Amino acid sequence: MIVAEQKPIEEVLKSIEPFDKILVLGCNTCVAVCMAGGEKEAGILASMIRLAREKAGKLVDVLEKTVERQCDDEFLLAEKELYDKVEAVLSTACGVGVQQLSALLQIPVLPALNTKFMGGTKDHGTWSERCSGCGDCVLELTGGICPVSRCAKTLLNGPCGGSADGKCEVNPDTDCAWQLIIDRMTALERLDKLLEIQPAKNWKTARDGGPRTQTREDVKL
Amino acid sequence: MKSGSHLERLLDKGTFVVTGELGPPKSVNREVIERKVGYLKGMVDAVNITDNQTAIARMSSVAAGVICVQTGLEPIVQMVCRDKNRLALQSDVMGAYALGIRNILCLTGDHQCFGNHPECKNVFDLDAVQFVQMVKTMRDEKKFQSGEEMKMEPRVFIGAAANPFADPFEFRVIRMEKKINAGADFIQTQPVFDLERFERFMELARKRNLHKRAYILAGVMPVKSVRALTYMRDSVPGVIIPEDAVERMGAAADGKEEGKQMCIEMIKKLKDIEGVAGIHIMAVEWEQAIPEIVEKACLLPRPPVEAPPELVETGD
Repeated sequence: MIVAEQKPIEEVLKSIEPFDKILVLGCNTCVAVCMAGGEKEAGILASMIRLAREKAGKLVDVLEKTVERQCDDEFLLAEKELYDKVEAVLSTACGVGVQQLSALLQIPVLPALNTKFMGGTKDHGTWSERCSGCGDCVLELTGGICPVSRCAKTLLNGPCGGSADGKCEVNPDTDCAWQLIIDRMTALERLDKLLEIQPAKNWKTARDGGPRTQTREDVKL
Repeated sequence: MKSGSHLERLLDKGTFVVTGELGPPKSVNREVIERKVGYLKGMVDAVNITDNQTAIARMSSVAAGVICVQTGLEPIVQMVCRDKNRLALQSDVMGAYALGIRNILCLTGDHQCFGNHPECKNVFDLDAVQFVQMVKTMRDEKKFQSGEEMKMEPRVFIGAAANPFADPFEFRVIRMEKKINAGADFIQTQPVFDLERFERFMELARKRNLHKRAYILAGVMPVKSVRALTYMRDSVPGVIIPEDAVERMGAAADGKEEGKQMCIEMIKKLKDIEGVAGIHIMAVEWEQAIPEIVEKACLLPRPPVEAPPELVETGD
């Protein structure tokens, strides 16, 4: 899923300051799972905004709605009549949702979240980065643990000199991806694979090749 | 002969070499480099010039290396993958060569979070193994990383680093082997404080015949105080400081003298380990300590610097 977290409330309040009528629009997919922008979080945010503006003596009319996915026009267009009633939309979707809606509207669409990474649930309430979308997956070579997203230096040929007690030098709470890879490859009896030199990576398939678009001609309408 | 550098020629002759370390200034002052060269000249055979070490912006290692060449001490110019992509690294390797630099040490680089610009974007287009491979391809195949041909190649002596004290231990030798397979001519290790672990590392290296395929220089570091020693133990990942070293430094009346003495004793022990081809003394911001250490470790006099062999160069 795409993992995001809510921006500090002060920043959100500042961004909606000029408006007297806004829509807080939740997204019920990734950001609902990571408890940042689903129906519940959008509702709490709407209440916080009302309270803060009331306290500031500058009342605001806050509408609330949550759609299934903000990354699809289909769901966004279904709420068309709501957008006409407000001066701005505060989206609790990831950056994708904010842009998707913004492209459809003539009014400002403001982000309520900071979008962080593609990750999975580690424990309840903890999510960890697992993929950076490099466009050329190496997991087959690394025992299913991604050094591109999980090694602070994106190393492809083994751990740097800062790996100690299984932890990354950058953050003692982060596992060293290469320690995990070596442990996993040892368990799989494939450690010899790690002796092979992985050549310089082709970053063209990643963000470095410019913004990416994918088209499937066979499914186009 | 790959590069004809003084370092390469000494190692090829079987001389037990001594290298030092010189950190370029956090300013434009070339006199800082000239002064440090003054401490090191005649005491070491070549000197590493660090590249924005610990992610702190300093004078470029190539520029400082050139000043070193001009001052009469052979540099080993360090380059890290953190700040430069393959374009910039190749460009620097070519530029360094054109300016007289003959030894290059290819490193990954410390993460920027440890330095004075922690908010910067890092590069890491290549890792150190790929960097070594790229320089070797330039030198031996006269090709850029892209495969495109070059007319005149940088004939440099290629170095890489190894840290026997980071984890996982067994993989440390494999990683060194990868660097040697990629084309490293020499290896410099992180400073040894834990001799027992280093001996095990070398034993594994010998089993894989790595000491015959590349020159392994053991790192040492004189430490000024018990505080510096415990700081490294507690705060620098990938460093192992044995308890007896801490106790000894702690009990010493004069930390600096004890630090130098421990370093001298360590060098003498390392010299006897099979497969250790030289010593790399990392006296960070304490270059003045090197002459005494080298002398008392019985490493003087250093062999004279002879004129490099003529390399026939053609192309443009």
